[in-house]
Amino acid sequence: MSQPINNEATNTPRPSRPGGGLRSSVAGYARTTKGVLFSSMFRYIVRRLIWGVLMLLVVSALTFVIFYLLPAGDPAAIRAGRYATPARIEQIRHQLGLDRPVYYQYWVYMKALVVHFDFGTSFKTNLPVRGEIFRRLPVTFSVAIGAVIIWVAIGIPVGIISAIKSRSWLDRVTMGGSLVAISAPVYWLGLIALFLFSKDVGVIKVFGGSGSYVPFFQDPAAWFSSLILPWFVLAAAFTAFYARMVRGNLIETMNEDFIRTARAKGLSERRVVFRHGLRAALTPVVTMAGLDIGTLLGGAVLTETVFNIPGIGRLAYDSIIGSDLPMIQGTVLLGAFFIISANLIVDVLYAFLDPRVRY
Amino acid sequence: MTPEPPDSDNAAAKSRETSKSSSALLEIRDLRVHFRTRDGVVHAVEGAQLSVERGQTLGVVGESGSGKSVTAMTVIGLTRFPNATISGEIEFDGIDLINLPDNQMRRVRGRRIAMIFQDPLSSLHPLYKVGWQIVEAIQTHEEVSTSEARARTIEALREVGIPSPEKRIDSYPHELSGGMRQRVMIAMALVLKPDVLIADEPTTALDVTVQAQILDLIRRLKDEYGTAVVMITHDLGVIAELADEVAVMYAGRVMEKAPREVLFTSPELPYTWGLMRSIPRLDAPRPDRLDSISGLPPSLINLPPGCPFHPRCPYVMDVCLKKEPELKQSEPGHLVSCHLDVKERQQIGRDLQTLYR
Repeated sequence: MSQPINNEATNTPRPSRPGGGLRSSVAGYARTTKGVLFSSMFRYIVRRLIWGVLMLLVVSALTFVIFYLLPAGDPAAIRAGRYATPARIEQIRHQLGLDRPVYYQYWVYMKALVVHFDFGTSFKTNLPVRGEIFRRLPVTFSVAIGAVIIWVAIGIPVGIISAIKSRSWLDRVTMGGSLVAISAPVYWLGLIALFLFSKDVGVIKVFGGSGSYVPFFQDPAAWFSSLILPWFVLAAAFTAFYARMVRGNLIETMNEDFIRTARAKGLSERRVVFRHGLRAALTPVVTMAGLDIGTLLGGAVLTETVFNIPGIGRLAYDSIIGSDLPMIQGTVLLGAFFIISANLIVDVLYAFLDPRVRY
Repeated sequence: MTPEPPDSDNAAAKSRETSKSSSALLEIRDLRVHFRTRDGVVHAVEGAQLSVERGQTLGVVGESGSGKSVTAMTVIGLTRFPNATISGEIEFDGIDLINLPDNQMRRVRGRRIAMIFQDPLSSLHPLYKVGWQIVEAIQTHEEVSTSEARARTIEALREVGIPSPEKRIDSYPHELSGGMRQRVMIAMALVLKPDVLIADEPTTALDVTVQAQILDLIRRLKDEYGTAVVMITHDLGVIAELADEVAVMYAGRVMEKAPREVLFTSPELPYTWGLMRSIPRLDAPRPDRLDSISGLPPSLINLPPGCPFHPRCPYVMDVCLKKEPELKQSEPGHLVSCHLDVKERQQIGRDLQTLYR
C-alpha cells in the first residue's frame, strides 16, 4: 500500500528536542511502562466494578427469591394486626404490591433503586429504608471501628510474640486462650460480659449495659462506655484468630531462605524479624483484615442484637423477624456492597504491598 | 579472685604461637554439631576438619546430608538454635568463632565472612528491591549515607556483570533471571570485601551455561580481592573447575582431603571412587548404565558402628564394622580416613583413573 510513504516517514530525521538523545528516550521509556501499568490497573478496576454491580443484582434477586420461598410470616398479615379481617389483609397486600408476581415486584423495586436510589419503604414502619439505613450506619461504624482497633492492637503483637517465643509457656498460654476466644459464641460471651461488667445487671457496675447506646456527638463519654463491652466481645474471636494467623505466618516466614540471608548479612535479630519477617508475614494479614472489616461494616448482627445497639445488624435482625422485605433488601444490599468494595480495595492494595502481583 | 597473670600470659603466648604456626585464615578442628529432635539426636557434623587460606579455594563435596551446609552455617553462627549442641574449634583470623558472643558474631557475619546460597530466588527477599537489600548490608556494617551506599551498590552490581546496574538496582528479585539473581547475591556478599566467601551450592539451581558464568565470576573475584572461598557442592565438576584443595565429606565427617590434582589423579577413599565412577565421561566408552554407590546415605540419628561408610563399601573388612578410621596422612597434604592398606588403596585409586584414560 503506502510503502514508499512509510519509508519516507522513517527516513525523515525527526526534530530532536533540546537536551534529547539517549537520556530523554530512556525517561520516555520509563514513563510509558508506568503508564501501561496504571492503565492496566485502571482497566482491572473498571472490570471489577462491573462485576461488583452484577453481583449486587444477583444478591438482590436471591434475597427476593429466598424471601418468597421460605415460610416466613405473611408481611400483610403482620402489618394488619392481630384482629384484622381477611378482606383487610388482602387490601393491605394490594397496597404493598405483594399480590403482584415476584418478578414484577422485583422490577418495580430495581427501577426505583436504579432511577431514584430509592430503597422503598418499610412494611412495618412506613419509613423510607434509605433514611433508616443512613441513620444507623454511624452506629455500626462505631461498633466496627472500635473492634478493629482492639483486634489489630492486641492480635498482631500477641501473634508476633508467640511466634518469636514459639513453644514457650507464654506462647502456649496465649494460643490456648485464643482457642477459647475463637470457640466462644458472641451471644454467650456478650451475656457473660453484661452480667459481669454492665451498670444495670453487672456484678461490677462499670460500663454501659444493653441498650445504653447514645450517639457520639450527644455524649462522647456515654458513647464510649456503652460500646466498651460490645467492642471487646466482638473483637475477642477476631483478636484470637489474628493472633494465631500472625503467629503461623511469621513462624513459616522465619523458616524462609531470605531470612537466612538476612541473618547471614549480620543484621540484628530484631531487624530480621521486623523488617524482613513481618514485612512478608503481614501482607496476607492485611488482606484478611480488609475483608473482615468489610463484612463487619455490613452490621455485626449478633453483637448488636445482644447489646441492643441500634445499628445495621440489629436492623437486619428485626426486619427478618418482622418479614419486612424492603428493609431486609436494604440491609442485605448494604452488606454485599461493603464486602464487594472491601474485596476490590484489598486486591488493589495488594498490588502495592507485593510487587509480584500484576493485573 | 586469684590473680593468674602468668597463666593468662602463657595462654596468650600459646595462642599467638598456634596462629603463627597455622597459616590458615579459617580453620575448623573436630567440629561437632548435634541437634536434639523428636526422633532423636541428629549427628549432623561429627568431627569435621577443614581449613582454608587467603586467596585459596576449598572445595567441599558430599551427598545431601553429609554435613556440608551445617558446617558452613555453623561457621557464621547460623546453627545456634536452642536444640543444637556445638563443640570443637573454629578459628578465624585468631578469633574463636564457636564461643564468640552473638553481638560480635554479627559483626563477623556478612562483613568478614559472607555466604551465598543455593536458590537465589528464595534467598532474596521478594518484597524489597535488590538495591535496597544490598544497601542494607552495607549500612549494617558501615556508617555511610544512603546515597553513598547506593553508589557502591551500583558499582558492585557492575562488578558482578549485571548490565545497566543503575536501572537494575531498582528491580525486584522476581524481575531478574536466575543467573542475574545469583549475581545479585554475590554482589551483596562481596560488596563489603569479606575475607572469606562461603558458597553453598551456588550453581545448583542454575542452568548449565549460567553455572559456568557464575563459577568464572567467583574465580575472578577471588583472584582480584584475595578472598578465601569455601565452595560447597555435590558436583565434582565444580570442584575440578575451581578448587585448590578438596575435602570429601560423608556422614558429618571429612573422610578425604587432598589438593585437587591429587584427588582427581589418585583418590584413596572408596567413597571418593564411588563419586568419581558415578560421573559420566565423554572420553570413555559409554557404559550401559552409570555406576552408582549402592545403598543410601546413613541416617544421622542411628549411625552404623565403625566406619560410617562400611554398609556401602565394596572393600569392607571386619575392622570397618568395629572401629572408626582416623583421618591420617598418607602422602604429604593427602589425608584419608580408611582402614584399607595404604599401598592397596593407592593402587586401586590409580587403576581407577587409568581405566578411564
